[in-house]
Amino acid sequence: MSMNTPLSKALGLGSAKEGAHHWKAQRLTAIALIPLSIWFVSAIICLAGRPYADLVGWIQQPWTATLLILLLFSLFYHMALGLQVVIEDYVQATCLKITLLLITQFGSILIGLASIVSVLLIATGD
Amino acid sequence: MSSQNRPLSPHLDVYKLPLTGILSISHRMTGVGLSVGTLLLAWWLIAAATGAESYATVNGFLGSWFGKLLLFLWSFAFFFHLCNGIRHLFWDAGKCFDKAVVEKTAKAVLIASVVLTLLTWVIALAGGTS
Repeated sequence: MSMNTPLSKALGLGSAKEGAHHWKAQRLTAIALIPLSIWFVSAIICLAGRPYADLVGWIQQPWTATLLILLLFSLFYHMALGLQVVIEDYVQATCLKITLLLITQFGSILIGLASIVSVLLIATGD
Repeated sequence: MSSQNRPLSPHLDVYKLPLTGILSISHRMTGVGLSVGTLLLAWWLIAAATGAESYATVNGFLGSWFGKLLLFLWSFAFFFHLCNGIRHLFWDAGKCFDKAVVEKTAKAVLIASVVLTLLTWVIALAGGTS
């Protein structure tokens, strides 16, 4: 058994100073998502069954596009943080864990960005 | 130092999870499920940006019985994660930790998510053609 104190084992392994950032970001995106997601679901219910032109016209309004981009940013950020915690908690094999983390984190950025670009394309199209 | 009498984690295969425990794991499960649903949202937006034809393809899928089932499950997962998420935010603020209150809010979250899901579908099906 090692006679090292817990402190000497932890020293040099990097700081834990950014742990609070993950926690805070998850809560802040959660708070932002409460009004944004309720707004989005209500709007989608109103748009259900309406033609394509109605959807385009809706997204082309400045506030719609703005709120949609804010929604998508918060949503994909919140999703990436949540999936990261779930994988870190339940996947023990290091190789699989890192693979899944890379897929979900890069995937969230890729698909989130593609969604935001789509909103911008519709909003600026004719 | 004896480690004989230390408390053990519940043996999950013989331990009946209380309602609060079921809600706790359900929050994570709906979170993962909603991530899959987010792929649908992204597909829908990307198709809408691509053009009317791609949009019609996605809408055709979402209007099919399988698409509607996915949307129904997604809506329940959404309302559950929303209501239980608000419950979590109260805990983060250090409030509503009393055991009796925790059990009460657990039931409230369940009832609210069922009611909101049903209400959403009644409005959606009554208002539109889809």
